[in-house]
Amino acid sequence: MLRQASRLISRSATAASSKSVTARAFSTELPSTIDSTFVESWKKVAPNMDPPQTPSSFMKPRPSTASSIPTKLTVNFVLPYASELSGKEVDMVIIPATTGQMGVLPGHVPTIAELKPGIMSVHEGTDIKKYFVSSGFAFLHANSVADIIAVEAVPLENIDASQVQKGLAEFTQKLASASTDLEKAEAQIGVEVHSAMNAALSG
Amino acid sequence: MASSAAVPFWRAAGMTYITYSNICANLVRKCLKEPFKAESMNREKVHFSLSKWADGKPQKPGFFFFFTLLPV
Repeated sequence: MLRQASRLISRSATAASSKSVTARAFSTELPSTIDSTFVESWKKVAPNMDPPQTPSSFMKPRPSTASSIPTKLTVNFVLPYASELSGKEVDMVIIPATTGQMGVLPGHVPTIAELKPGIMSVHEGTDIKKYFVSSGFAFLHANSVADIIAVEAVPLENIDASQVQKGLAEFTQKLASASTDLEKAEAQIGVEVHSAMNAALSG
Repeated sequence: MASSAAVPFWRAAGMTYITYSNICANLVRKCLKEPFKAESMNREKVHFSLSKWADGKPQKPGFFFFFTLLPV
């Protein structure tokens, strides 16, 4: 993916600044804000009390974007009830984005991708681990950290093929007989999820 | 600005993303093999108590439920 993207975007943003929204700094670039005049006047008024902290003083600075592309991608894969992968260094991750299977390498352009039901695979050397993800989001940061959050993610071996077939038949039938918009939408979701599981098991 | 890209079919039908996401997750859980299915059902149990109110007072002290699966 474009390694020069951030440079090109900022270049075009400054060129177009007359008509676009005011340019905002990314949070990695904000200067540390300790207002010295405030602290001095505080000390004059209340010399025995520490000046109040602001939320930004509690924030850890984000790891900065390395100037050269790192060799490994750090993946944090979390579910509401468990943290599947936490800070794991891998070579590549393929995520099922709504726009199609997206391969993420170290140095990927910062992206927020919505995930659709599909397979997510984590590649580490020759090791490939696959999970079926029900839906979620993937946040790819400039420093080659990928935060992937899913509501439900299961290894493919845990899926029961016969139930998937049954579910697919049931929802295809429901889709044909649905009347209201909401019923149609629910049936459509059922068909999509079951076909994705089917494809995952057979592919 | 003109309206953004085409909305997903579930949003056009009036469903929110959270509802969509929960339906997907429930469907996946229903298709799991046995020990995992029971574990996930157990994990996703929601305990809640429901009371109807009239004249500023609850009519019953509340009846206690738990649902393992939202209606889908």
